[in-house]
Amino acid sequence: MYTIITNEKISDNVGKAIVEAPYIAKHRKAGQFVIVIVDEVGERIPLTIADSDKKNGTITLYYQIVGTSTHKLSLKKKGEELFNVAGPLGHPTNIQRYGTCVCVGGGIGIAAVYPIAVAMKDAGNYLISIIGARNKDLLILEKELKAKSDEMIVTTDDGSHGVKGFVTDELKTILDGGKVDIVVAVGPVPMMKAVSDLTKKYTVKTLVSLNSIMVDGTGMCGGCRVTVDGKKQFTCVDGPEFDAHLVDFDELMKRLNTYKEQEKESFEKHKCKLEQYYGR
Amino acid sequence: MADKIPRQKMPQQDAKNRIRNFNEVPLGYDEKTAMLEAARCLQCKRPTCIDGCPVNINIPGFIKALKEGKPLEAFFTIKQTNSLPAVCGRVCPQEDQCEKLCVLAKKGDAVAIGNLERYVADYEREKEHFVAQRSDSHTNKKVAIIGSGPAGLTAAGDLARIGYNVTIFEALHKAGGVLVYGIPEFRLPKDIVQYEIDALKAAGVTVELSRVIGTAETVNDLLSTGFDAVFVATGAGLPLFLDIPGENLQGVYSANEYLTRSNLMKAYKFPEYDTPIVKGQKVAVFGGGNVAMDSARTALRLGSKEVYIVYRRSRTEMPARVEEVERAEEEGVIFTLLTNPVQFIGDEKGRVKAVECLKMELGEPDASGRRSPIPVKGSEFTIDIDVAIIAIGNGPNPLIPKTTPGMDITKRGNIIADPVTMKTSKIGVFAGGDIVTGAATVIQAMGAGRKAAKAIDEYLSTGSW
Ligand SMILES: Cc1cc2nc3c(=O)[nH]c(=O)nc-3n(C[C@H](O)[C@H](O)[C@H](O)COP(=O)(O)OP(=O)(O)OC[C@H]3O[C@@H](n4cnc5c(N)ncnc54)[C@H](O)[C@@H]3O)c2cc1C
Ligand SMILES: Cc1cc2nc3c(=O)[nH]c(=O)nc-3n(C[C@H](O)[C@H](O)[C@H](O)COP(=O)(O)OP(=O)(O)OC[C@H]3O[C@@H](n4cnc5c(N)ncnc54)[C@H](O)[C@@H]3O)c2cc1C
Ligand code: SF4
Ligand code: SF4
Ligand code: FES
Repeated sequence: MYTIITNEKISDNVGKAIVEAPYIAKHRKAGQFVIVIVDEVGERIPLTIADSDKKNGTITLYYQIVGTSTHKLSLKKKGEELFNVAGPLGHPTNIQRYGTCVCVGGGIGIAAVYPIAVAMKDAGNYLISIIGARNKDLLILEKELKAKSDEMIVTTDDGSHGVKGFVTDELKTILDGGKVDIVVAVGPVPMMKAVSDLTKKYTVKTLVSLNSIMVDGTGMCGGCRVTVDGKKQFTCVDGPEFDAHLVDFDELMKRLNTYKEQEKESFEKHKCKLEQYYGR
Repeated sequence: MADKIPRQKMPQQDAKNRIRNFNEVPLGYDEKTAMLEAARCLQCKRPTCIDGCPVNINIPGFIKALKEGKPLEAFFTIKQTNSLPAVCGRVCPQEDQCEKLCVLAKKGDAVAIGNLERYVADYEREKEHFVAQRSDSHTNKKVAIIGSGPAGLTAAGDLARIGYNVTIFEALHKAGGVLVYGIPEFRLPKDIVQYEIDALKAAGVTVELSRVIGTAETVNDLLSTGFDAVFVATGAGLPLFLDIPGENLQGVYSANEYLTRSNLMKAYKFPEYDTPIVKGQKVAVFGGGNVAMDSARTALRLGSKEVYIVYRRSRTEMPARVEEVERAEEEGVIFTLLTNPVQFIGDEKGRVKAVECLKMELGEPDASGRRSPIPVKGSEFTIDIDVAIIAIGNGPNPLIPKTTPGMDITKRGNIIADPVTMKTSKIGVFAGGDIVTGAATVIQAMGAGRKAAKAIDEYLSTGSW
């Protein structure tokens, strides 16, 4: 179970894994995620289901290599197994025919916005996709999204690909240019916050998919709690999507820093073990 | 004669040492001690102790077998009504149940029934390894059990024994419910729980891990894809919060999260295990039940220097087992009673650095019969802390109730089930354990699992609801 079919680096620090998980492949819907435990001593990390293949019983995950777990994941070879994959988890996105839908993806968030964009397009929406990243290497799924989108804009902070600038600049141009019925934004918290601040001014309904730290992913621990409209919500079961205009992004950003020190310690130890293993 | 032997104490790890490890605290009886304790039982004609046990174990019966040097027979006597004796012997609130009604309790010291039960179960596990057999009789009927806590495990065992095809669906990657994610290793070693799960599997029960019912497949889906009955045993897994300012600061945990990180994910072995946990120097735990004691004692073992239990009533109202309160105290937990938190205070990075509290005094008894706490005006004070753990209780997880139309729930969200048959308002669906009663005890959940198994068998063999 949970056999790695393929696992490749698509850039310096982004990996793409196709994993055998027939049950999840069969049932998953756009907007849902899985919780992966890479090996026996691993932690439970949430990853969006970017794509699935019902026939072959596989799911596709994109991951940015930021710490111990994602690094371990990147080392898993074809034919090896993941210790555990639970899902599908979270509410699926409410897919409807809204009219014009703008999907905004930042960095690894593009992987999360991709299935939503596809579903929105399939539901008959006019799809405008805006994806952005710090540089060219962090951009993913550009070709796939382009094939689905009616309009597509790519930005990089450093201008190494597409337009130089931020996704919000492009979004503003679109909002100024004509009627937008819904915006879906997934990416780093500061990006989602910036998008939210912008669309609030235009009173355009906006969904964001939050990436809080999780443990169980079933609503049992409350570790993933966020404040939405002044109330406690559990990202894993009440979300991960919420109405952007009601989310307390600043609190989320602070909570994401809870384990900064330990994450470093864990990664140092992990690296050290690897070095021993490979004899440096 | 018998009453001249004093109640045998169970040796335990010394408090100073034990707070540096996660090993079990009470060490168990040796053979001699067990025999001495067994000899104390009067073998009453009308054994009142049995009435105190929610699953009515034949207590004098198993003690007699033990006395006669037949521990395996004692084990089977217990097993007739209790499928998890090694667990119950450790975590049952015996002082309020079987031992409370033991005739010797009136004279002073009840027979240590729980300790003996533990001895017998440990003997079997360590020395005999009796392997459960698949049932000879088979039906082609299939039963789905949602949740692998004590309620689900018990029902699964009973149904498999009758010959049903049983599948347990468990949301987490390990089976056992609170027994694996909540109750710490130092009170209930996880190997014991695993042993019981392995026995169930040997008896033919299928365990599907990482299967959250309600997100992809619902109870209705199970009923329409070949299961003839469903038993919902999903527990009380929804953490309650204080709903005071500052509760989302870094370092503020629900007890469920704190204990899950430490127990299920083995954060106490970080960085050997990958899951981190904030190890505070000064930790405050809010609440006065078993969950609060477990959290406080876990914090000590993770290396915290000062650990407070902050509870709004007095010692006598604390719902935790006396034994656990005493152990916490021996280990150096500081009890700050008649105190209620008002708000958490954070530093500029958003980490908790203090909690502001109010002193309380006890007023008239409330509906539950306990004297309710009233705040004392102007008594605000703060405690410096870097970790807070909220252990004020758990509600029912709404996932199943929300996705199961036609199944009635209470205002609080608990599933309504018949107290005898565990039938819900939905045909073919039974429910029991904490999801029905609200947070209760292991043995009560097991009792519900037994009743459900019996009623499910009746339903499936007669076809009448
Ligand atoms: C619903 C959901 C879906 C997600 N989908 C994806 C996905 O498809 N692809 C992907 O790459 N990541 C995704 N994430 C984030 C992913 O779970 C984290 O990046 C991962 O847990 C990091 O683990 P690590 O051990 O490698 O790094 P750690 O050592 O845990 O962290 C390293 C660095 O990453 C930051 N970090 C830790 N956790 C998160 C987080 N939850 N979000 C953002 N930053 C974090 C830390 O602050 C630290 O700087 C998702 C998160 C959620 C909640
Ligand atoms: C920290 C702590 C200490 C305790 N100490 C004691 C003690 O000393 N003595 C005592 O008698 N009692 C104690 N209790 C209480 C006791 O553990 C519970 O009453 C008992 O475990 C309830 O059993 P249950 O089978 O109803 O549910 P649980 O043990 O809660 O198990 C429910 C299971 O269902 C799973 N589940 C939930 N939703 C789904 C879903 N949608 N799909 C699939 N699976 C799902 C959960 O993951 C869980 O594994 C303690 C509880 C806690 C939290
Ligand atoms: S199961 Fe619990 S209540 Fe029953 S005899 Fe054993 S310890 Fe006592
Ligand atoms: S009541 Fe006490 S003494 Fe009598 S049979 Fe039960 S355990 Fe033994
Ligand atoms: S991750 Fe535990 S409640 Fe959401």
